Amino acid sequence: MLPGKKGWAAIKIIVFLLSLAPFGLLLKDAVNDQLGANPIEALHFGFGDWALRFLCIGLALSPGKTITGQSWPMRFRRMMGLFAFFYASLHLLVFIVLDLSLSWEAFKDEVPKSPYILMGLLTYLLLFPLAVTSTKKMQKRLGRSWIKLHQLVYVAGLTAVVHYFWLVKSDYTEPLIYAAAIGVVLGIRVVVYCRKTAKVSVS
Amino acid sequence: MLIKTKSNILSSEITDRVVFESRREFIKSATVLSAGVLLPKLGHAETGEYADVPVGPYSAKLPVTGREDVASYTNYYEFSSNKKDSTVLARALKTKPWSVEVTGEVEKPGVYNLEDILKDNPVQERIYRFRCVEAWSMVVPWIGFPLGDMLKRFKPTSKAKFVEFTTLYNPEVMIGQRSGGLDWPYVEGLSIDEAMHPLTMMVTGMYGDELPNQNGAPLRLIVPWKYGFKSIKAIVKIRFIAYMPETAWHKSAPNEYGFYANVNPEVPHPRWSQSRERVLGSSIFTPKRDTEKFNGYGAEVAALYSNIDLQQYF
Repeated sequence: MLPGKKGWAAIKIIVFLLSLAPFGLLLKDAVNDQLGANPIEALHFGFGDWALRFLCIGLALSPGKTITGQSWPMRFRRMMGLFAFFYASLHLLVFIVLDLSLSWEAFKDEVPKSPYILMGLLTYLLLFPLAVTSTKKMQKRLGRSWIKLHQLVYVAGLTAVVHYFWLVKSDYTEPLIYAAAIGVVLGIRVVVYCRKTAKVSVS
Repeated sequence: MLIKTKSNILSSEITDRVVFESRREFIKSATVLSAGVLLPKLGHAETGEYADVPVGPYSAKLPVTGREDVASYTNYYEFSSNKKDSTVLARALKTKPWSVEVTGEVEKPGVYNLEDILKDNPVQERIYRFRCVEAWSMVVPWIGFPLGDMLKRFKPTSKAKFVEFTTLYNPEVMIGQRSGGLDWPYVEGLSIDEAMHPLTMMVTGMYGDELPNQNGAPLRLIVPWKYGFKSIKAIVKIRFIAYMPETAWHKSAPNEYGFYANVNPEVPHPRWSQSRERVLGSSIFTPKRDTEKFNGYGAEVAALYSNIDLQQYF
């Protein structure tokens, strides 16, 4: 049995708080100086990891619907997407404010020399319009083009993984795990899409 | 056992120009950023195996990074690519007894016990800057002896132009060696001039005590003007050769990691600009420090490279 309207509201609040927990834990460790020898890196990587995780979760909801035949996963799409953006914003903020100490000189020097940072910035630029147009109002106003626009998240999923790959020195285990996750959730879409077009052409 | 000897030269009393300047630079930046900066304490631990070793030449008068930071933030891919995990996993390594095989272009090749090596090479403490290729740095009170003094005892022949070092290969304990990433065992190398340079150290301890396993126990190299990956850990083999050896990171990505790997803010790495470095132990609001060419040891070592284009041979 699925929960009613009130039930879903309560579940959403719980999911919201759980999604906020990594932020709270990292903040707590930062305040208590528990982030180890390189706290800026720990915050930076921590937020980056969670941005990527929420991106994977958000992208897994629609295939989740396809596989289970249940539509309830779609209820969390906006929230998961916005949490991906939230953690990506913190990830970028730590880089600009703490790592570069808000120095434009440092930005100009360090960013163009690092393809992986450029790929990260591109990913953020892809996510930004999606977050801005995530409201119901914008969804209505943009109509069909909203769907087109929000397909950018597929590209963001790919660029985020490339960003991670380019950072790593030699042990690709972790980026490979994310690449596999993104590959599966996007792959299911490709399969669904191919089946649909096949059906259309048959009829 | 270690035989403690008194050093007769109090070269620690002499502050050379580079140290003086780097100290001034530090004081300058410290004053500018004083509010909220947690200054690490100066000097080493007073207890432990090496509590009373003399201070050697070239030791910088710099505030030392906290021991905990140095001991918990190590790149030791033989155990894990995660800096914290490798700290825990490295505990499994047995470092006693330990011997080093000396081969190649030498008159006295052989397998030498570390204890015997230490009998011939009295240790001293030197505070050096340590700069990782990943654009972070620290200041560590190492305990060891000049590599050159040790190498001369093996009597290298005139054919010995390079020295190659190899890390222990033991995938049963060094579980990172079970998978790829790097071509195990880890190999590093120096030109004979670099190896004989008085700044280059063989290290057996830090912070007044024996080297923790994760920091490369029982025997590691420290070349303070080069990126940290040159300073190979857990050395079991030293080979004198006539040609430039192939080294682990260079083999893995020759366009990213050169053989020389001198700290150089003018040569960016594809991931790190190398203009600046994060000094571990400073507050999260402290800006990065400008990286110095040869990590601040230019006065001592720049002459080694007077005939080399450092842009090409990075």
